[in-house]
Amino acid sequence: MIRVKALSLGYGARAVLEDLNFQVDRGEFVGILGPNGSGKSTLVNALAGLLPPQAGAIELNGQDLQSVASRVRAQTMAVVPQSNEIRFPFSCMEVVLMGRYPRRRRLGTLTPEDLMAGLRAMRQTTTEHLQDRLVTEVSGGERQRVVIARALAQEPDILMLDEATSSLDVRKKLEIFELCQALNREKNLTVLCAIHDLNLAAMYCRRLIILKDDRMVEDGATELVFTSEILSAVFETPMEVARHPLSGRLYGVMLPLSGDAAAEPEILKAGVS
Amino acid sequence: MKAEELSALEIQETWDRRRAGSRRFAVTLAVLGLSLAASIGLATAIGRLDLGWGEIAQAFLNKIGLSSFTLDRTGEVIVFHLRFSRAVLAALVGACLAGAGVIFQGLLRNPLADPFTIGVSTGAAFGAALLVVLGIEGAFWGLSALPLGALAGALAALVAVLILSREEGRIRQESLVLAGIVVSTFLSAFISLIKSLDEESLSAIVFWIMGSFSGRGWVHVGFLLPYGLAGLVLAALNYRELDILALGEEQSHYLGVAVSRTRLQLLLAASLLTAAAVSVSGVIGFVGLVVPHLIRILAGPSHGRLLILAALAGGLTLIWADVLSRVILPGGQELPVGVVTALLGGPFFFYLLKTRKGRGVW
Repeated sequence: MIRVKALSLGYGARAVLEDLNFQVDRGEFVGILGPNGSGKSTLVNALAGLLPPQAGAIELNGQDLQSVASRVRAQTMAVVPQSNEIRFPFSCMEVVLMGRYPRRRRLGTLTPEDLMAGLRAMRQTTTEHLQDRLVTEVSGGERQRVVIARALAQEPDILMLDEATSSLDVRKKLEIFELCQALNREKNLTVLCAIHDLNLAAMYCRRLIILKDDRMVEDGATELVFTSEILSAVFETPMEVARHPLSGRLYGVMLPLSGDAAAEPEILKAGVS
Repeated sequence: MKAEELSALEIQETWDRRRAGSRRFAVTLAVLGLSLAASIGLATAIGRLDLGWGEIAQAFLNKIGLSSFTLDRTGEVIVFHLRFSRAVLAALVGACLAGAGVIFQGLLRNPLADPFTIGVSTGAAFGAALLVVLGIEGAFWGLSALPLGALAGALAALVAVLILSREEGRIRQESLVLAGIVVSTFLSAFISLIKSLDEESLSAIVFWIMGSFSGRGWVHVGFLLPYGLAGLVLAALNYRELDILALGEEQSHYLGVAVSRTRLQLLLAASLLTAAAVSVSGVIGFVGLVVPHLIRILAGPSHGRLLILAALAGGLTLIWADVLSRVILPGGQELPVGVVTALLGGPFFFYLLKTRKGRGVW
């Protein structure tokens, strides 16, 4: 699906990522992790064709990404960016239907299939009730879900999320990831998400790519990569990884930087005396 | 959250709601279209020489073979060669300016953008005025050169403004209008200078800077039409892309819009519309700013509908602004029509800014 060869990315003279090599196959669920400024968003921008490589190549279905026609690219992959400021008072339905742009004929009218795809996407993201609301008047979380619906309306093979759920509350976060998981399993949708919430990544991603200091430092199955040693080193923070007794899933906990992890918190001590 | 399948009823309901939206648009379109036609008719009856409504109506019917009534020679000239042509021209210029305003506002994502505020109108006026001074007034392949000069000026001013307001590869919204004012003021001064050097009368300077339809007729309609139509067609071909571009460059890219090419086409379309308008009427401000706002409030932000309705409303606005400019002074002189639009549009825009800004809605 996506093949990255000796890829270097940057802005002008500033190199952000160097010499990346990896491949994402159809049906994978990949998380991109890394500290702030490690280039997660830069990588997503490059994979979305927004940022041309400084060296190396990105191939989409065997074709150089930069040479793929915009509409074809948008039929293949949809991207949900981090911020989704929309200044014009479109209705939420209109915004979702913009996701049909790459699948509509240039000046063709909206078909029932377009409408159905839009409605289905809104149902999946629980935004159906927002259809006629103005996108400028809904909450930030609602707007983000509308934009996710727009991405789904593109009916892509690959869905890329760039910190797309950061602004959502816990419940909505999980709902979006559950939806991605369901589409991943049932429709074989390839999901790629840049994410800073480690436990969310551990819960849903089956493969993790970890970036640090301009490089890809880890790439492998979540079970192998999501370990105390690796996370502690990457985030320069003592981390403890365990398996949750109820869900059976991996999770990580950070420990205080002072290294005095075992010490009783001050407040508790005060309460005892 | 497993999604159940959509029921036929739900789809039908949504479809019907969209149809209702289309009907509202059709009604608005009809109302504006009829008002425009009626206004052109009414505008021909208003002026210093008082001709009766009935006579004028009869004279129009005569033109299409439904009446045997004819006006006398003077009436004929005043109605058909002065007032009627002038009303048609005002309608076309208004349509072009409002259309250009819709494009600039959407593309630059700036509520204050219009051909006037971002300096493109003045650029066009400068280009046209320069052409006149240089004595290049011929026609090429039947097309007048004047709008071409205006187009060159408009594009040059646009490029200058975009470069001035660019910072780290992005156009800064706050700087855009500022840069527009700088370029516009500078070029206005230049127009005054070259016109003065050319020993032309003050009225020629006022014509370019304040805008006027005084003494304009069918020949100017001919100047405008090819360029105005080209601009409209180019805009119409890209109306859906304009919707998406209004969300921003990044999201447009993700949705599959070929951003650079489309943006270039739309900027060219807006410049063509501006150049077509300015080359026959000089710089008329505020029409391109206020009309798109009003229509957006009335009919929503979808640019396909917005372009059509704003063009009609722009025409309507400018016809009446021109009538006012002809009759408002008691002595019988004409006011530059740009003065009228600024007098009406300024306070109105102030009101728009104050009442709508807080809600984050344009």
